[in-house]
Amino acid sequence: MKLTLNVWRQKGPNDSGHFETYHTDKVLPEMSFLEMLDVVNQDLIAEGKEPIAFDHDCREGICGTCGMMINGVPHGRQIAGTPTTTCQLHMRFFKDGDTITIEPWRAKAFPVLKDLVVDRSAFDHIIQSGGYISVPTGAAPDGNAIPVPKPKADYAFDAAACIGCGACVAACPNASAMLFTGAKVAHLAALPQGQAERYDRVLRMVDTHDAEGFGGCTNFAECEAVCPKGISIDVIAQMNRDLFWANLTRSQPKAKKESH
Amino acid sequence: MAAVVSFTRTTIGKKMLMAVSGAIGYGFVIAHMAGNFHAFEGREEFNAYAEGLRTIGQPFVPHTGLLWVVRIVLLVAVITHVWMAIDLSRRDLASRPVKYAKKDTVQSSFATKTLRYGGTAIFLFLVYHLMHLTLGNAHSNFIPNDPYHNLVSGFQNPISVAVYLVAMAALGMHLYHGVWSMFQSLGLNSRRTDLFFRRLAQASGILLFIGFSIVPISVLLGIVK
Ligand code: HEM
Ligand code: FES
Repeated sequence: MKLTLNVWRQKGPNDSGHFETYHTDKVLPEMSFLEMLDVVNQDLIAEGKEPIAFDHDCREGICGTCGMMINGVPHGRQIAGTPTTTCQLHMRFFKDGDTITIEPWRAKAFPVLKDLVVDRSAFDHIIQSGGYISVPTGAAPDGNAIPVPKPKADYAFDAAACIGCGACVAACPNASAMLFTGAKVAHLAALPQGQAERYDRVLRMVDTHDAEGFGGCTNFAECEAVCPKGISIDVIAQMNRDLFWANLTRSQPKAKKESH
Repeated sequence: MAAVVSFTRTTIGKKMLMAVSGAIGYGFVIAHMAGNFHAFEGREEFNAYAEGLRTIGQPFVPHTGLLWVVRIVLLVAVITHVWMAIDLSRRDLASRPVKYAKKDTVQSSFATKTLRYGGTAIFLFLVYHLMHLTLGNAHSNFIPNDPYHNLVSGFQNPISVAVYLVAMAALGMHLYHGVWSMFQSLGLNSRRTDLFFRRLAQASGILLFIGFSIVPISVLLGIVK
């Protein structure tokens, strides 16, 4: 296959960056999108040029490390026609002679480190602020000791499927991380183990979300359309519901002022 | 009070204030549209309806007493809604300082994407509408306390009718997304109710557009005169 690629190149966080155009005719339909970039990079290395930097790890759609805007949609979702990760997007979805525009996730909270690699530490900060349950240490409890109704368990599992890739933020017109935050809030709110810290958790996580510089949710639902794990904006409604009760019943935590 | 103020702390809380103020507006436009249909009953009935709005609750409340209560609630709702819209929109636009060279969407509708522009159009229309049929300073032939006359003479002007139709299209589009969005923002939506609220929003948008447009068009065509 012959392809033309418009790729965002940026030397580092402080470089202003620009698009560069590459041509390749060594692409096979069986390749994944990342393998296609590997091929382009081999040529760049052979020419003594700097290869295109991109994040990747498992290459089997489960770790959430990879991710880039492909023709204006995260993970090339509109090309695949089904939820996917960039590493699981195959070149057979493209036509010979296609031009592909490749950009990093764009959000104030996700600064570009290099080329297509962004810093997603803001997600870690959201999880650190409440995406856990506190357990006293000791022997591991018996797995079946706490009964969970099957529909609740399924719902929690669907929400817990988030791999933290950041496609939701990238697709959102407001660069909002409400799907990511809501997935964790809804996951723990559905389980008995999550109840003790439920309402403090939602306050702290939403506070951190806002403090990290993500935008608000305007219910476009673009996030759920591009989520590789098909997480529904149902989790955002659940988070809103919990925040509503938390606002009415809890004293508010001190506003976060530190900058990241 | 502290609990109410706490809603303004987060983007979600602000969105809930938008949803509640939007819900007040939604209730108002439905009642307003229904009231407009009195135009088809003729001058006496229409003017009696308008007077009725001013005398509800008498003799327990003064003339126009309840009307002013409603007006103040609506004013507070509009101020809250627009204030939060501006506050959230500014934050939303700032959250992506470097724009995409190429951006596409998968499933958001035209109505969803135009919420801010439609909202602005509705706001401008609101000012015009009050100056046209309530205060009369944007009306060439205004007679105080004769709303039927003001309605019929006002809509002889095709440009005025066109402005109303465009504004009502904007309102219909706003609610085509907004009514569903309101339930989602307040956390009242779930997978079981999603389709119902989507359809309710779409039906509301379309029916309000048709319902509001019938009266000015009927006047222009001479059906109401
Ligand atoms: C009759 C007048 C109006 C009605 C009935 C109305 C109703 C609504 C409703 C029900 C929503 C959904 C709220 C939610 O998502 O939770 C909404 C959203 C919105 N409205 Fe209005 N609205 C009106 C006027 C306006 C005006 C004058 C503006 C001004 C600029 C405006 C701007 C917006 C914006 C930007 C949103 C989206 C908010 C967001 O997603 O964050 N609306 N409106
Ligand atoms: S590399 Fe792990 S999900 Fe793509």
